[in-house]
Amino acid sequence: MSIALYILVMAGVTYLIRMLPFAFFQKKIKSVFIRSFLYYIPYAVLSAMTFPAIFYSTGSFITAAAGTIVALILAYFGLPLIVVAIAASLTAFGVGFLPI
Amino acid sequence: MKKNAILLSGMKDGIPIALGYLSVSFGFGITAAGLGISVLHAFIISLTNLTSAGQAQGVSIIAANGSLMEMALVQFIINIRYALMAISLSQNLDKSFTLRHRLIASYGITDEIFAVCATRKEPITPTYMYGIIAVSAAGWTLGTLLGASAGEILPVNLTAALGIMLYGMFIAIILPPAKKSLGVLLVIILSAAFSTVCKYLLPFISGGFAVIICGITAALIGALLFPVKEEKEP
Repeated sequence: MSIALYILVMAGVTYLIRMLPFAFFQKKIKSVFIRSFLYYIPYAVLSAMTFPAIFYSTGSFITAAAGTIVALILAYFGLPLIVVAIAASLTAFGVGFLPI
Repeated sequence: MKKNAILLSGMKDGIPIALGYLSVSFGFGITAAGLGISVLHAFIISLTNLTSAGQAQGVSIIAANGSLMEMALVQFIINIRYALMAISLSQNLDKSFTLRHRLIASYGITDEIFAVCATRKEPITPTYMYGIIAVSAAGWTLGTLLGASAGEILPVNLTAALGIMLYGMFIAIILPPAKKSLGVLLVIILSAAFSTVCKYLLPFISGGFAVIICGITAALIGALLFPVKEEKEP
């Protein structure tokens, strides 16, 4: 399939999700259940995207696992996104040189 | 404040966002190039989508030759949070924010831009939002361009290691709130567990759909067991 079609669908859906409520929504969502569901969705989606895919992200399970552990520790202590992301990469890169 | 001053203040607020985007989109560029997506296409994707998670899952659907239906559904679910942010922002817009401006500025509703705009006390003007969006989007697309090009220049072991960057950022987004909220902790553990089960025991479910199914199930369970009572920003 043409990549242009994929990009069109991707960009179109993403834009509409932002535009429709921004331009036309006036009310507030009252249902606690729906609000809770919408609140949890980003965390749930990001978690499903990350695990177990992260272990395949560097082409080596060992370097990826090392990077994951470092990311988990640094994120736990609330370090900025960029610091966590770069530290995970550097760890994976460094562990790649170990004779294991 | 004059329009120019407002524009400048928006651009200034966009600088830290742009710097953050630069390195993350560098990782996206590398990932995209690694999946066989051209530099130009990666650039266009970043320019037209301006979102990390949706793009990361999007290029993997393209690489796997997924259906357009899968693409649309995945983008919808992953990016549904923007609808919430848009609703939240729409409550505090300046009178000058006409429909035309809303149609344009909605392009730039991202987690970070939302966070900055939502914490402002004064009503948001289109000019301010255009400033912050322009600088942030420049960082996002430039980083993509550099990352996708670097994929062809940098040594393989380095680009391989950079492939973990986006995921590292995702962990940094989901983990800190989990320390404070049992609900978030439960949701991310369940979702990761479901996703792992899908990957190894139900491999016929494609990656994009697996993310949707696992994410929705985990979020539903979270909403049932730990409803969020007070007004929390998404």
